[in-house]
Amino acid sequence: MEAAVFISSLVDCCALIFLSVYLIITLSDLECDYINARACCSKLNKWVIPEMIAQALATVLMLVSMHWFVFLLNLPVASWNVYRYVKVPMGNMGVYDPTEIHNRGQLKSHMKEAMIKLGFHLLCFFIYLYSMILALIND
Amino acid sequence: MRTVLNHTCLLPVHLNARSPYSQPFPSLSELSSALGGLGGVSELEAETLRPVNLLQERNILPPKRAPPPEPNLSNDLRKVNCSPDTFRCTLTNIPQTQALLNKARLPLGLLLHPFRDLTQLPVITSNTIVRCRSCRTYINPFVSFLDQRRWKCNLCYRVNDVPDEFMYNPVTRSYGEPHKRPEVQNSTVEFIASSDYMLRPPQPAVYLFLLDVSHNAVESGYLNVFCQSLLDNLEKLPGDTRTHIGFVTFDSTVHFYNLQEGLSQPQMLVVSDIDDVFIPTHDSLLVNLKESKELVKDLLNALPGMFTHTRETQSALGPALQAAYKLMSPTGGRVTVFQTQLPTLGAGLLQSREDPNLRSSTKNVLHLGPATDFYKKLALDCSGQQIGVDLFLLSSQYSDLASLACVSKYSAGSVFYYPSFHHIHNTAQKQKFQKDLQRYLTRKIGFEAVMRIRCTKGLSIHTFHGNFFVRSTDLLSLANVNPDSGFAVQMSIEESLADTSLACFQAALLYTSSKGKRRIRVHTLCLPVVSQLSEVFAGADIQAISCLLANMAIDRSISSSLSDARDALVNAVVDCLTAYRANGSNIQPSGLIAPAALRLFPLYVLALLKQKALRTGTSTRLDERVFSMCELKSQPLQQIMRMVHPDLYRIDNMTEQAALHLNDSVIPQPPLLQLTAEKLTREGAFLLDCGSVMYLWVGKCCNETFIRDVLGFQNYASLPSNMTEIPELQTTYSERTRAFISWLLESRTFLPAFHVVKDDASTKTSFFQHLVEDRTESAFSYYEFLLHIQQQMSK
Repeated sequence: MEAAVFISSLVDCCALIFLSVYLIITLSDLECDYINARACCSKLNKWVIPEMIAQALATVLMLVSMHWFVFLLNLPVASWNVYRYVKVPMGNMGVYDPTEIHNRGQLKSHMKEAMIKLGFHLLCFFIYLYSMILALIND
Repeated sequence: MRTVLNHTCLLPVHLNARSPYSQPFPSLSELSSALGGLGGVSELEAETLRPVNLLQERNILPPKRAPPPEPNLSNDLRKVNCSPDTFRCTLTNIPQTQALLNKARLPLGLLLHPFRDLTQLPVITSNTIVRCRSCRTYINPFVSFLDQRRWKCNLCYRVNDVPDEFMYNPVTRSYGEPHKRPEVQNSTVEFIASSDYMLRPPQPAVYLFLLDVSHNAVESGYLNVFCQSLLDNLEKLPGDTRTHIGFVTFDSTVHFYNLQEGLSQPQMLVVSDIDDVFIPTHDSLLVNLKESKELVKDLLNALPGMFTHTRETQSALGPALQAAYKLMSPTGGRVTVFQTQLPTLGAGLLQSREDPNLRSSTKNVLHLGPATDFYKKLALDCSGQQIGVDLFLLSSQYSDLASLACVSKYSAGSVFYYPSFHHIHNTAQKQKFQKDLQRYLTRKIGFEAVMRIRCTKGLSIHTFHGNFFVRSTDLLSLANVNPDSGFAVQMSIEESLADTSLACFQAALLYTSSKGKRRIRVHTLCLPVVSQLSEVFAGADIQAISCLLANMAIDRSISSSLSDARDALVNAVVDCLTAYRANGSNIQPSGLIAPAALRLFPLYVLALLKQKALRTGTSTRLDERVFSMCELKSQPLQQIMRMVHPDLYRIDNMTEQAALHLNDSVIPQPPLLQLTAEKLTREGAFLLDCGSVMYLWVGKCCNETFIRDVLGFQNYASLPSNMTEIPELQTTYSERTRAFISWLLESRTFLPAFHVVKDDASTKTSFFQHLVEDRTESAFSYYEFLLHIQQQMSK
């Protein structure tokens, strides 16, 4: 049971890592002028909800299996995702808005956010891996 | 001290470079005595750094509007530098490092007016356009030629080869002098672009007019004015033999007009399925103007009459715009939308969001941003197909301009607003609409344009202001470019500029002219780099700084809140004056000291806080507020400064003293007055020039000679309350007054509405709202504002 929980969290975390890398690559493509703002933002906006769901799934799994420390570790990121999604002003085309992305250093702040999330997901990956191995050994 | 003056040649001070003082800010007496003998440059700096005690000096306004500050460059560089009307920087002395810029607490940015109407423009017709190999900068007057065959880029310092063709100078017919070519002698040039600069063959001029014909629209009577104006200006629409034109009208359905050459009269095609608008026929909706001119004229003559008995009250603007997009996608061009009410049907329908009770709210003003992303998405689609959308809003009720304006903002269009437009009840608005249409239809236009702004290595642009779409890091996509829009950008200093003494900026605008020629207009500005804080203050351009701060405040009020934006504006003044005081060696504990260059800073910021866009506490309609914001973000600098701090003159006693003599007419030059009711007197008549509107306020006891000779009425009591122009009388007084007013309006593109205001009329409030130095129920007077700043500074 424990092992199953950790295996699914691990898979979830892998998906989140790949997604973070994809976000970073797309954002840096925009920075280097390989794609334009409209194409970049539509690509990124497509993955906002899947990311939110995946992160929420990991958090809920940890809550349900009563691993409080890891749950508390995941909670800020999950709530930040939800906050970011909810706080989008009405006139904007999603979290990544092509008319605003080049203003006020938004590109840099999105890049920083993606890097931090990548680091966080890598950390979580190793935590889940270790816990999964522990759980498999103890079974 | 005398010996120092006589031995000026021994002083180790260079004329053009920054002064090598080690102390942060030498006092005035040391400056002037040490540098007194060395010429105009240092005197200028000493004058701009002269400390002014704002609390004591009451007359800080110069008698004439101050010219922009001259950068501290050598004479030959100054002669070829870009005109400040085109390209202006907030700081004419660029700080060397970001730390120095932060210490000065002033924003660093550029204000551009790149497509301004120019009387003199060198056009380069050569086949090769010389550009730097790495950064693609166009060759400009500020590059350095290492020898005759190599040149060094002034933005990235790469050494490039001079192509053979460039060695020949077609103007002087000489060989071997590349630095004498017109590209290197002028900072504003226009190149003729080759096919490398075209993604497709240059498009023809295509104009589509989208007209609201609901009951409301017909009631307001704009259709008559528009049709007449277009009929008068049909020949003068910019274009050539390939110009196309089309019309679409809409109420609850969308109507197209078949104007195929050969038809006896225009044919109307109605599409009532507004959820999925389709184009009924494929050609003949956008027709060649020359070939179908008769049909177009027939349509324009018939249009106002066609809808007089309409009962349709709904407006399907969204579907009409979608139809316009589909119609124009193959070619691109310009769409002009006339709307008179809230769009209530179909995609993009809007709700009434304004609460009339909150108009005078001192707390947050809501609904400054768009309600839906429909118009933004449509604008981006249009921008991608090189379609620019201009919006004329002629409504008397709330029409959610905040959402509607998005369609113009991101497709590089312009927004025009005529609140309470009615052809009978509001003749002032009708006249303004007519004059604006005249300019709008006949002004120069550029299609499928892109603009790139490049800076010296070390500087980078991080925020853009204006009507365009930022497609990638410094590439601005402008579907249409017109001579009346201004842009602003903010910069930061990423790397230290210590190893260079000049910073250069280049704005290159690639566009298709209305005659189908691909052109590149290049402007290059050069400014010195300084390392001392005092020099940064000495070179501050207060008008440019105020405009940039206005742009930033509007961004902040939309993204965060209006009160945040207002606080940020006040803090900008407080921080800057605190920074100045912290670096001064002569600290006067009492009084509010500012350098002469920044003495108007608190006044301009107070004027900004009292603008319709940013004011609280006074009843302001939401649409008018949003329109004021749009204007502040898209007008060129001169227009914004007149809007923010209008010019006030007394004109009933103008004399020939110090008058200008031009072309046999004598133009009096009355001094500028401060914007306070103290300067008004009941015995006088005063002219307030606000850019888009002019007021002539006549005092109750104004002398009857003036009223008779200039206004044509016997006495004050017989003056009508809605006079909108000065009659052409043959008296000297009248000639003098009219000469003065025409001189003021000389280089204006949009003529202002004119109102003669009597002291007891209802238009009196709009006149008095512009007197920014006075106290109102909800805002400070100028003196109180200074005290408030002083109080904040001492915290």
